[in-house]
Amino acid sequence: MGGSLQSAASARDIAFPSGAGIIACIKQSHIREIVALPDIVTSDGLLWPISKDPDFRLTRICKEDEGVSICGAMSYNGTRALLMMQQTGLMDSLNAIRAIGMDYELPIVMMVGLQGKEPDVQPDQSASYGVRIIQPVLDAMEISHSLIEEPEDIDHIPQAVDAAYNASCPHVFLIGRSPETT
Amino acid sequence: MIIDRDDALAALIPYVNEQDIVVAVYQSCFDWLQLNPRDLNYVAVGAMGQASSHGLGLALANPDRRVIVLDGDGSLLMNLGSLVTIANSGVTNLYHFVAANRVYEVNGAHPLPGADRVDFVGFARSAGYAGSQGFRELKLFADALPYILNTPGPQFVSMEIQPGKSYPRDYDYIHSAKARQSFRDALNRC
Repeated sequence: MGGSLQSAASARDIAFPSGAGIIACIKQSHIREIVALPDIVTSDGLLWPISKDPDFRLTRICKEDEGVSICGAMSYNGTRALLMMQQTGLMDSLNAIRAIGMDYELPIVMMVGLQGKEPDVQPDQSASYGVRIIQPVLDAMEISHSLIEEPEDIDHIPQAVDAAYNASCPHVFLIGRSPETT
Repeated sequence: MIIDRDDALAALIPYVNEQDIVVAVYQSCFDWLQLNPRDLNYVAVGAMGQASSHGLGLALANPDRRVIVLDGDGSLLMNLGSLVTIANSGVTNLYHFVAANRVYEVNGAHPLPGADRVDFVGFARSAGYAGSQGFRELKLFADALPYILNTPGPQFVSMEIQPGKSYPRDYDYIHSAKARQSFRDALNRC
């Protein structure tokens, strides 16, 4: 029982980012094209609301590397897009990101849910191998990334999107805690 | 009968407008660049199988242009889900041609899995393309092109081809920053 009480206390101390806040930041970043494959971390707080928001056009894809190409191709006339997926899809898309994002220097902006990450630990400390390797893999590929866990973490989204498009390079937002639905 | 690829590509040239975007891959790309060099040729797909997805991105972002994809059969097999994505996307300006030679031509001409029975036309039809047809005869293919390219898409065409005259494989160019910049400049100029 003591353990349960402790867990409950810890859970009360953990704050989650606002889904509505993230969506507002996406709009502030002049992104209206969303390319997505569902991810359980961002499903309720982001993808479902986005799917019902007339400000966005949502393109549902069958495999994540499609999205890398779609977003890259869109960028040629300045169209901004966001690719949403889970870290498993990110791993599956690494060759496309390597070629299209890095070799071709195109601004692929991704929002990646870290499925299986414990809310109270940093990604590289996760007990999940599939989670804790993500940041080192991105570092090895020299891909810009940032973490969204705390409510205030969302504030950097517009700046990071602008930086990716201005420099014409990829950026990955790692979503470490499920965004709140309100 | 079967169509020489360079004949098929040459038949397409009169129907490609100045404003059209052409996404081409592998040997079709190298042949097309020689047969019809133009600034709105998009040659930088990066990873095998991704031509159709690049085509979709271009079609979504440029609704006033036709996007013509010259895909490979081995390439399409790597990205079959893109047929469903394209059909579901709502684009009407995408025209997806597949050069079906049934081998991985630039990688040693090894046969595709299921080379003698894979039905690409059936794939596209089942995925929900607005139209899907296959051709083995040059004249029938050439005669059908005006209708196909003036019909709302996504339209799918499988061309059963053999190499014909093949042109040099200039990989350095298709992966070059110059090729991407030329396309970008042309897209935003006209």
